[in-house]
Amino acid sequence: MIPANRPGISGGAQGKGSGVRTKDIALIALFAAIMVVLGFFPLIELPLVPAPFTSQTLGVILAGSILGARRGGLAILLFVVLVLVGLPVLPGGRGGLGVVLGPTGGFILAYPVGAFVVGLLTERLWRRYNLGVALLCNAVGGALVLYVIGIPWMAVAAGLPLGRAITSSVVFLPGDAIKVVIGSLAAVAVRRAYPLIEPRAEVAR
Amino acid sequence: MLSLYHDARSPVHALPAGAKLLTLFAVGTGLFFVRSLPGLGITLAVVVALYAVARVPWRTAWGQLRPVLPFTALILVAQLVLTDWRTAVLVGVRILVLVLLANLVTLTTRTSAMITAIEVALGPLRPLGVRPERVGLLVALTIRFIPVIKEQADQVRAAQKARGVERSFAFLTPLLIKTLRLADGLGEALDARGLDAEPPRRRS
Repeated sequence: MIPANRPGISGGAQGKGSGVRTKDIALIALFAAIMVVLGFFPLIELPLVPAPFTSQTLGVILAGSILGARRGGLAILLFVVLVLVGLPVLPGGRGGLGVVLGPTGGFILAYPVGAFVVGLLTERLWRRYNLGVALLCNAVGGALVLYVIGIPWMAVAAGLPLGRAITSSVVFLPGDAIKVVIGSLAAVAVRRAYPLIEPRAEVAR
Repeated sequence: MLSLYHDARSPVHALPAGAKLLTLFAVGTGLFFVRSLPGLGITLAVVVALYAVARVPWRTAWGQLRPVLPFTALILVAQLVLTDWRTAVLVGVRILVLVLLANLVTLTTRTSAMITAIEVALGPLRPLGVRPERVGLLVALTIRFIPVIKEQADQVRAAQKARGVERSFAFLTPLLIKTLRLADGLGEALDARGLDAEPPRRRS
């Protein structure tokens, strides 16, 4: 099958004016499903540690770096909708409003923003995309953005001072570093085989 | 995929989804202004009573609450070290009330009612190009795709195991490329079913 969506051949996500094209709808739903399936494969199994130690942030990185800002962000937003409407799509069959409003819920709400930022950076740097660039984009969107939203949320929910919440979040770093590396390797390989993103102007002209 | 919804007939089930969600967000915000232990205690008692009214079995309620407990315990310990027991209890009970109430909304509201509530909430964004009526379709598509993706992942993993590849995430790249190929066909299938057709408009 010939990929019909090579950049420059057919109109991309931002072409043709209005809305999201049908293939984009399929892609968005497929990546939301990938995000769910990633929850079935634990990265590191630790009985006591909650949500953030899953491979699902890998889905955030993959959606952003393969689909781009808009479609990637929407795919992960759709995943969050699945959680909100009460489907057990988080690891361990969890889901529902309780997880989102709990102390670690900020990380889940940050997922779509993270995917959007990964996508935005990837689009800007698409022409010179390589493993190094991928690591940078994915570390910023797939880890930093999640911390910036998730940690203050946790500090407020837990009534902890922000500094304290930051230091206690250091436990997430090794797992997140592994996920950024795995996600970047996959993103570079997929870009070579099946590029979907249309590059954006790197500097506003 | 089974939803977390627990089917029963109760006044809590009968409430409209939008009303339950608005109450949840109002209570969730209000909780942060309650600084008195008795006040929080009463709130907790009311929420527990609501579970009884909603006829949610204790086992189900406990199963939903349990994942939050280890983390809440960690927070309690941190609070005890950093502040006093009073603040620790205050924070702990606040988390419990919020999570219990949120779980209650999830347990007593059908997924379809929740989706409708989201579509209504997105209505005002229509001028920005948001199409709220697509939420239900996208959720349905995703639920349908989950077993498809799971099966593809299992296939790739089995094939790699047979060839002696042991790295646990080596299946990602082949899985992603298979998925992207799948999207080409699906896009055409959706087009053929007239997904993008404008809804018929009434003449004015």
